[in-house]
Amino acid sequence: MAKIVGGLTTSHIPAVGNAIANELFDDPYWKPFFDAYPPAREWLDEVKPDIAVVIYNDHGLNFFLDKMPTFSIGAAGQYRNDDEGWGIPTIAPFEGDARFSWHLINSLVSDEFDIASCQEMLVDHGFTVPMQMYWPDYASSGIRTVPVCINTVQHPIASPSRCYKLGQAIGRAIESYPEDLKVVIVGTGGLSHQLDGQRAGFINKEFDLLCMEKIVDDPEYFMDMSIHELVRQAGAQGAEFILWLTMRGALTGKVKKLHGNYHIPISNTGAGMLVLENS
Amino acid sequence: MSNTNSQTPIPGTIMFDGEMAIKGYALNKMCYSFNQAAAREEFLRDQEAYMEKFGLNEQQKAAVRSKIVLDLINAGGNIYYLAKLAGIFGLNMQDIGAQQSGMSLDEFKQKLLHAGD
Repeated sequence: MAKIVGGLTTSHIPAVGNAIANELFDDPYWKPFFDAYPPAREWLDEVKPDIAVVIYNDHGLNFFLDKMPTFSIGAAGQYRNDDEGWGIPTIAPFEGDARFSWHLINSLVSDEFDIASCQEMLVDHGFTVPMQMYWPDYASSGIRTVPVCINTVQHPIASPSRCYKLGQAIGRAIESYPEDLKVVIVGTGGLSHQLDGQRAGFINKEFDLLCMEKIVDDPEYFMDMSIHELVRQAGAQGAEFILWLTMRGALTGKVKKLHGNYHIPISNTGAGMLVLENS
Repeated sequence: MSNTNSQTPIPGTIMFDGEMAIKGYALNKMCYSFNQAAAREEFLRDQEAYMEKFGLNEQQKAAVRSKIVLDLINAGGNIYYLAKLAGIFGLNMQDIGAQQSGMSLDEFKQKLLHAGD
């Protein structure tokens, strides 16, 4: 049976994509951010997951407002990145596992989560930046991916508790997959930031640190929080924390924090990362 | 419970909800087209014709001409799609942030750095 070996989180700021393309790893602005990732990659080298289920939000590459699913899952053999319009370089495609994706979709729908399935899905920086951070050699490493996209573009946005429950259902789906596969769940985005309105540039370090702490041992802390309250505390785009909660819901075993880092600012964002072992 | 602007307002924040999605559809659709390099070039060749092609209203057209992000948001623009328009004008998220919060770019960057104190 498939096994969930752990969860990873990372912010997915587009500027990171440019910094990777320009190899700014030792630049004083970027070093405190990039230095957090090598220990995580060492852990991945040791554990060698076969599949990464990547929980992310599309920012207007694959989906437009004409059709905006709340939850959608890629069911393709390959996922392409493409021009997002403002200069982040397009990178090589990601390998998928359509059979595994369909297992998730079947299991989730029978578990009362109504998913939009996508046999073609362009993946934007929300997906590609985390993949590049954790698997810089993803194209040759053999890692297969399942993009799980959650709407954060327009309200209504699924609540923290709904996303956590989706994560739990993803966890059940993975553990019922008959093949012996090792699966890691990646929760992307966040932490606090706001891009629009007079409140642009809002960052809430105190709330971010609370999120980093509670998500390890007490994710249910957020179950009564509305999206409105999350936006108030974390900023309009800080609502991406629901993606971390989805990841956390899928970790059904004993969860142990192996690595973590929090750094302000990367672009307009409080940048957080965590490596959680699930045993 | 709804997630709309009818809830206790968060200062300096417009929730992009159904109301805004209706209001901004043409503007956002034009901005979404800018994922294609050919569309960006077509816009730059003749902005007025390109806005007309997507059926922008006068408020939206004026906001595009002015490059004032708060006006674009008030005209129904969604920040993720507006980012593609801003990119054409050579503005990144920090430029946009500074403009909306009424700061110089340096002041805005300093503010972000101080958020870590």
